[in-house]
Amino acid sequence: MSLRRLLAIARKEALQLSRDSRSLALAFAMPLLLLAIFGYAISWDIRDVRTAVWDQDLSTDSRELLDAFRASGYFSFVTTVSSSAQVHDLLDRAVVQLVLVVPPDFAEDLGAGRSAVVQALVDGSDANTATIVLSYARAVVQEHSTGLRVAGETLRPPLTADSRVWYNEELESKNMIVPGLVAVIMMIIGAMLTSLTIAREWERGTMEQLAATPVTRLEVVLGKLLPYVVIGMTDVAVISLVGVFLFDVPFRGSPILLAILSFFFLLGAAGLGVFISAAARSQLLATQMSMMATYLPALLLSGFMFAISVMPKPLQLVTYLVPARYFLVVTRGIFLKGVGVEVLRAEGLLMVAFAIAGVTLAVHAFRKEIG
Amino acid sequence: MTKGGPRRVGVLVRKEFLQLARDPRMRRVLFLLPVIQLIVFGYAVSTDIRHTETFVVDLDGTPEARRLIEVFESSGYFDVVERSRRPGDLVRALDHGDAVLGVVVSAGYADDLSRHEATVQLLVDGTNSNVATVVLGYAERIVHGHGIAVAGGGIAPPIELRDRAWFNPDLDSRDYNVPAVVGVLILVVCFMLTALAIVREREIGTLEQLMVSPLSPLELVMGKAIPFALIGLFDLAVVTVIAVLWFRVPFAGSPLLLFGSSLLFLLSGLGLGLFVSTITRTQQEAFMASYLLFFPMILLSGFMFPVSSMPAVFRWISLANPLRHFLEIVRGIFLKGVGLPELWTQHVALAILGVGLLAVAAWRFEKRVG
Repeated sequence: MSLRRLLAIARKEALQLSRDSRSLALAFAMPLLLLAIFGYAISWDIRDVRTAVWDQDLSTDSRELLDAFRASGYFSFVTTVSSSAQVHDLLDRAVVQLVLVVPPDFAEDLGAGRSAVVQALVDGSDANTATIVLSYARAVVQEHSTGLRVAGETLRPPLTADSRVWYNEELESKNMIVPGLVAVIMMIIGAMLTSLTIAREWERGTMEQLAATPVTRLEVVLGKLLPYVVIGMTDVAVISLVGVFLFDVPFRGSPILLAILSFFFLLGAAGLGVFISAAARSQLLATQMSMMATYLPALLLSGFMFAISVMPKPLQLVTYLVPARYFLVVTRGIFLKGVGVEVLRAEGLLMVAFAIAGVTLAVHAFRKEIG
Repeated sequence: MTKGGPRRVGVLVRKEFLQLARDPRMRRVLFLLPVIQLIVFGYAVSTDIRHTETFVVDLDGTPEARRLIEVFESSGYFDVVERSRRPGDLVRALDHGDAVLGVVVSAGYADDLSRHEATVQLLVDGTNSNVATVVLGYAERIVHGHGIAVAGGGIAPPIELRDRAWFNPDLDSRDYNVPAVVGVLILVVCFMLTALAIVREREIGTLEQLMVSPLSPLELVMGKAIPFALIGLFDLAVVTVIAVLWFRVPFAGSPLLLFGSSLLFLLSGLGLGLFVSTITRTQQEAFMASYLLFFPMILLSGFMFPVSSMPAVFRWISLANPLRHFLEIVRGIFLKGVGLPELWTQHVALAILGVGLLAVAAWRFEKRVG
């Protein structure tokens, strides 16, 4: 292998990329755009649940309970209702997400020491949101009823939970998303962009030219990969810096460890992209194949947004084949937990193995295609 | 369209189909893409978090403490994976990700409980904030319920919350997610593949050949777009059938309305695809550009993240997102069984966006090739 020839290929690929300045701009714009959306627009943190209230009791007790809901900060009372037709209408048109109904005998039951009932009707079509809304409502009711004085005596529960959240103390979804985004972006840049490079040479008929030049397969593959690895590493740095300084995502571990493991992961992803590219020979097919093989699993089966532990067993077994799953342990470990090599040893070795496997596959596929 | 136009478009559609179908791998990919997404959104996405890995540190060791842990285990929500008497082991387990929840019963728990002032410490790994919220909710309910049970029911909670979920009583997220896959698939097929297919002709230099053929630009665009529109409709049928027959997602509304609104949505997809093809020269560029549009469209559509919890600015922006309107229609038809009276605003929005996008794209295309 000659370093000079390798760099010549890399230079050619980089030149081609930079000539295509729009592609290059997009490669940097993409992570920033995604960060902006994840940072500012969307979250799973549910606040200001649009709530309608139907207070049939209109007593001091019912008002105190509703005040407790308002004071919790999770619910925003948008309207009051006075008939079940209105309740139907508001939920059907999705004007409100929650309707609180206090029945007419609420204060009477409470005064008599019977269990008083309050009804919560939630729009269940988005189960995720509904589950969280109901758990907020339950917490408000529980806390409010603990403070009540029944028959002159303040109730105190015999057993209380002292809950603490580690690593992501405020339970903010951005802290879970930003480290995961690093992995997804790298799959997009590493695997999907590279998957187009060799298919392009085939489509344009320049593959024979490349094959006729005095370069070895390993040189071609590494030369093709290098510019994309550089772009990918830059993206990792950008996402990390913006995440930490603009969005206040904690970074508790070692940046150097993140850089090293990202490099291996990127090399593996890019190798996979070249492999797909060589197999597909058409850019249209290559994008669809790499989407299926790299990007979708990284997004959906890595634990980025959907927890692996809730998936059915067969699907859980499939996730063991998704390299992004292990890389996600690395990024979350370094960003949030601040753990080092001693904890991430296994994942680190897997990243190295992934890099070797990716490059080997790429070189192998290349020989078959040209030979 | 000039005389003989429909025939010429038909010929081009046939050529496109032949080109797509000649590659058996492309056929497989076009079929597998919807199936894989359905499997993932049908099975992988769930808020019903059971069998949470739990680490128990019991510093009390009394029968009362064991009783509490048994309640955790028998709930079905928690699997005790490890026990230890050293808090340091719990830290290690959380660091390694071996456990998500730690339950620490401090020494003297049984005595405190008899005096009605016991505390149990719950430590949860917050790296996945979604899971942590739900897990903590379950765990606190168990602790609270156990406390009341220990007190002998003498102190029933003064206020009881009765909850009912409308449209989806079991709070099954599958019903919500599976129908939405339709929208995402139609978008991928119509938008991305149309853009790539047109740019491809330009990149390999066959666009000029097509231009000197008797095809008018409009016929050319239609010939390119119709195959992908048909594939999109095919995907719609596949997803709907699998969703209803396999995943048992309720289909409460009108299939005809779903078909009609999908046609409206196709206009936007094709318009976007055509537009991207006029601003890019290579497939790599087209791919990146469509991704740059595609990703925000999905994220700001309410597909995975509810529109209602976005800041007002982004809620306004999402009004320009055809996918958002289409998903509201799809979910309305599937889950709520509502029809045009409730969904007409979304249809109007889709029609405006579709026609507008298509007109801008066609104008740009005409200008570029003309």
